[in-house]
Amino acid sequence: MQEVLQYLFSGLTNGAIYAVIAVGFSMLYSATDLINFAHGEFVMLGSLFLVTLWGAWQIPLPIAFLLTVACVALTGLLFERFAIRTVRKPQPIVLVIITVGASIFLRGVAMILWGKDAYSLPPFSNQPPLELAGATLLIQSVWIIVISLLLVFGLHLFYRRTLTGKAMQATAISKRAAWITGIPAGLMVLLAFVMSTGVGAVAGMIIAPVTMCSYDMGTLLGLKGFCAAMLGGIGSLWGALLGGILLGVLEALGVGLISSALKDGVAFILLLLILYFRPGGLIGAAESARF
Amino acid sequence: MLRIKNLRCYYGRIMAIKGVSLSVMEGEIISLIGANGAGKSTLLEAACGLLPSWKGEIDFQGNSLKGCDGPAIVRKGISLVPEGRLIFPPMSVTDNLKLGAYTRYRKRQHAEVARDLEMVIDLFPILRERANQPAGTLSGGEQQMLAIGRALMARPRLLALDEPSMGLAPLMVEKILDTLQLLKKEGLTILLVEQNAQAALKIADRGYVLETGKIVLQGNASDLLSDVEVKRAYLGKDYEEFYEGRD
Repeated sequence: MQEVLQYLFSGLTNGAIYAVIAVGFSMLYSATDLINFAHGEFVMLGSLFLVTLWGAWQIPLPIAFLLTVACVALTGLLFERFAIRTVRKPQPIVLVIITVGASIFLRGVAMILWGKDAYSLPPFSNQPPLELAGATLLIQSVWIIVISLLLVFGLHLFYRRTLTGKAMQATAISKRAAWITGIPAGLMVLLAFVMSTGVGAVAGMIIAPVTMCSYDMGTLLGLKGFCAAMLGGIGSLWGALLGGILLGVLEALGVGLISSALKDGVAFILLLLILYFRPGGLIGAAESARF
Repeated sequence: MLRIKNLRCYYGRIMAIKGVSLSVMEGEIISLIGANGAGKSTLLEAACGLLPSWKGEIDFQGNSLKGCDGPAIVRKGISLVPEGRLIFPPMSVTDNLKLGAYTRYRKRQHAEVARDLEMVIDLFPILRERANQPAGTLSGGEQQMLAIGRALMARPRLLALDEPSMGLAPLMVEKILDTLQLLKKEGLTILLVEQNAQAALKIADRGYVLETGKIVLQGNASDLLSDVEVKRAYLGKDYEEFYEGRD
């Protein structure tokens, strides 16, 4: 029982991270119908920027946190402006291949800038681990879960309450309809890129203290986040959260109860199952296609 | 108010509009009628910034619309009620209306927008009952009202409507057209594109008949209504009457 609870804790922690990555995928997908296969690389940039800003330059954590989001979102902005916007015939397949190219490019640049070494960071705060019913919960796990939930809830409010959020939703529903309503659809797409990469950076930062940060960490994280997004139903904020948590927990249980060799397998088995049985995701496309 | 001169539009290499000129004066209702594929919608799209390129001139209140994109044209005062309505189905009726005022929220006209929201809801009381419902659950006629309401929220000088009667029951069509007349009385200029020529000409001041990308007839709406050619081609009167008219 204690064991299962321990697996659950570690599953929730990983799941929260997958959820944040999935949210990034989802946000961009609903605004542009594009799966950004470079998204994992933005997560990696989030980690490595924090390694430099907080770890090496000793900038206070809150400031380093915001600076990292800003730097990564700026990278996302440049990515949209120079790699996506400039495509003359923006067919989906062309754009997807561009994102794959961008992912290789970003990984290469990160390797040059940060080298091939792996870095680690201390937890965000130094409290001892929490003891809950015999299982331990690392303080960084608490940070991860709290920040993820705050982020998803904040985005929910942004989409529901603010005019810009609603305008982004409207653009996601129909660019043409947004255009005739006076909503600058191009700007909304740009904003979707900026926010989605910014969210990716947050995922990268909260995971940094519990993993090794290196230039090639993004690929697998990106794929896991993609699985989580598909699992919950891509395009849906709560679907992303559900998919992420579910993936994290199942992964942890699979590792703990069956075999640790299964860790990455779980995600892909789930992905295949969901694509086969319920391609719209658990929170199906019919009920909540968009945010 | 709106002046179109020698407009030519292309779809690839096909010329959909072949040199059309027309004008809309302040306070008028102009009907643009024609069969499917005559180029009516293309013409509206050009005037509303939905076509990537066109040749000729389109002036609105003395300013050229060349190179203006959709949102810029909304800011200049032309709102489009598009074919197929294009509302935002998962969003609430109120949100749909508020988004119609997007450009004005950006200019911090919150108080005026709130007043206009009341005005639109008074105009279409059914929207008040449905205020919190997702727009996609509305009936076709209600959706059309919502689309018109959304366009009005931008407080346009010129309201352009593309086939507002399409797929609606006759009673609903009448209701929509009555509303347009009411809006005209309040000073709005209206450009109405319709296949339903009879209904469109009834409320219009002047009309243009478009055929395969060219204007083949124009004049006062009442003259067009009685014109035999129009009767034959668009009003569905039978041939017998047509020949009688010619004799």
